[in-house]
Amino acid sequence: MPVRGEYLGMALTIDDLDGENVTYFKHCAEHNFHLQKCDECSLVRYPPTSGCPWCSSPKSTWVPVEGKGEVHSYNEVHHAIQPAFKAVTPYMLLLVDLDTQKGQPSEHEALRVAGNLMTPDGKFAPPEMVKKVGIGSRLRMVFSDVSPGLSIPNWTIDEDAKQPEKPWRYPQE
Amino acid sequence: MPLPADTDTTTPKYLRDKYAIVGVGETTYTRGSDKTTRAMGSWALRNAIADAGIKATDIDGMLDYSGNDSTSATFIAGDIGTRLNFYMDCIGGGSSTEALIGLAIGIMEAGLCKCVAIFRSMNGFSQVRIGGTGARSLAPVNGDALHNRAYGWQSAGQSFAPTFMRHMYDYGTKPEQVAMVKVVHSEHASNNPKAYYKKRYTVDDVLNSRIICKPLHLLDCCVETDNATAIIVTSAERAKDMRHVSPLIRGIVGRCSKPRMDMHYQHGPISTVAGYYAKNILWPNSGVGPEDIDAVGAYDAFTFTSMLQLEDYGFCKKGEGGEYVSSGITRLGGRRPQNTSGGHLCEGYTHGMNMVIENVRQLRHDVDDSCPVGPDGKRLHSYDYREGGCRQVKDIEVTANLGWANPMTGSAMVMRRGA
Repeated sequence: MPVRGEYLGMALTIDDLDGENVTYFKHCAEHNFHLQKCDECSLVRYPPTSGCPWCSSPKSTWVPVEGKGEVHSYNEVHHAIQPAFKAVTPYMLLLVDLDTQKGQPSEHEALRVAGNLMTPDGKFAPPEMVKKVGIGSRLRMVFSDVSPGLSIPNWTIDEDAKQPEKPWRYPQE
Repeated sequence: MPLPADTDTTTPKYLRDKYAIVGVGETTYTRGSDKTTRAMGSWALRNAIADAGIKATDIDGMLDYSGNDSTSATFIAGDIGTRLNFYMDCIGGGSSTEALIGLAIGIMEAGLCKCVAIFRSMNGFSQVRIGGTGARSLAPVNGDALHNRAYGWQSAGQSFAPTFMRHMYDYGTKPEQVAMVKVVHSEHASNNPKAYYKKRYTVDDVLNSRIICKPLHLLDCCVETDNATAIIVTSAERAKDMRHVSPLIRGIVGRCSKPRMDMHYQHGPISTVAGYYAKNILWPNSGVGPEDIDAVGAYDAFTFTSMLQLEDYGFCKKGEGGEYVSSGITRLGGRRPQNTSGGHLCEGYTHGMNMVIENVRQLRHDVDDSCPVGPDGKRLHSYDYREGGCRQVKDIEVTANLGWANPMTGSAMVMRRGA
């Protein structure tokens, strides 16, 4: 049976043939972020794939990965395209460099995990919170539960981390 | 600029100057075409056939591209009365134009056909909105799309924005510099009677237009239009019998991609785009470098896409794109004018075709501005680039087209004036 759920009015589906995504989102549903680690070259990869992007091995093992990192880049959507997102503008799309494996296997590579900026209790961040986050901000992962076996990983400000004095933001507010 | 003297046009590896673009055509650029993509496609092709001065039956190959929003060569070929020895409908958007011209050369070189028509027909405003609104925004989210669309990360602008933003962070690029891309392309569009938007815009107009998705204002984004466009490619030998002095194709790079293609942001620097890799194929294949180029069509789905490609193909140093596009070099009358038709930001959105068409007309020294037509049927260009005036680049010899699919994938082509 495919995994199904409704999120912000969008119909989400993962076919049961799509083992990699089923497993990824099942771990998210347990609020326990996992990624595939290559059995050959030991590099962890994101998002789920059917083979290693570095060594091509199809063999991997799901390993727990800490959901903490730093904003590498972002966008801030003021004019939503999808109807579901119109009510939550401005919303942020974040690309977060995980601390795990940052700068590997080469200097400019990292596990850059996407997500929206949320409050700690999983609601879309209000405008005043959006204005606090930019490149360099330290974030931690939170999960938005959709249905059994399906939660979406998202991001919130890491209250325990040392934040940059002024994270870099687009100059025009 | 004259070509370097050491250019060896007989090198079999490169096929330099062995193929030519002999005909170009388009429909009007409009919103609300009131026509099917099939009717528009055959209209554009008939114009290209007339432009080349050939018969429809001289075409025996056809390539086209779409994102499931268009018609097929099977319909167009019949509607224009041609019989094909080869055709292929391809999936793709931006960067397909140059890539398909490369494929056209390949299939002709392999002897599969002799004259190839390429078309792109789209109701990008009235049917499948290129900005991603409408039906596309409502489609269910399945499998791999959960890693982007579920985050409201779907449209081209939303998808590319992290690259644009990181460029500003890495290099200090300023919004007012990037806005100059729109300013300059709009100046050029004002001298193009075909352009959908002919108004000249200022930096303030761009910065005061509403934010769509930071760092993109409304006027940083291209126009959505309904149109079809067509290009006819054949051998330089056959081109000699045709109507125009046809521009010759020097070299192409097709759909060159960064090292990682799924979720390319994993592999940085994310402010560097595919041109960084593609240039290593384009320039050696063409036997020229950026300094030899007289005019550029730099894919302007957004102001940023033009600027980023100029940097990574080497027209300026990496990170200095903001200064380059603000320097006057890119204007008509400058050393290297770009997007002289107004491009996607102003003329119309065609997934790259109109910027190749424009460079073909420029290289014929007969661009379709409002200068008077002389007794030989060619325009008497004034080179007065004020609003409503001339847009012919003086003494133009070599052009480049830089096609963008996304930060990860690009195609490019160099053409020279025919002899």
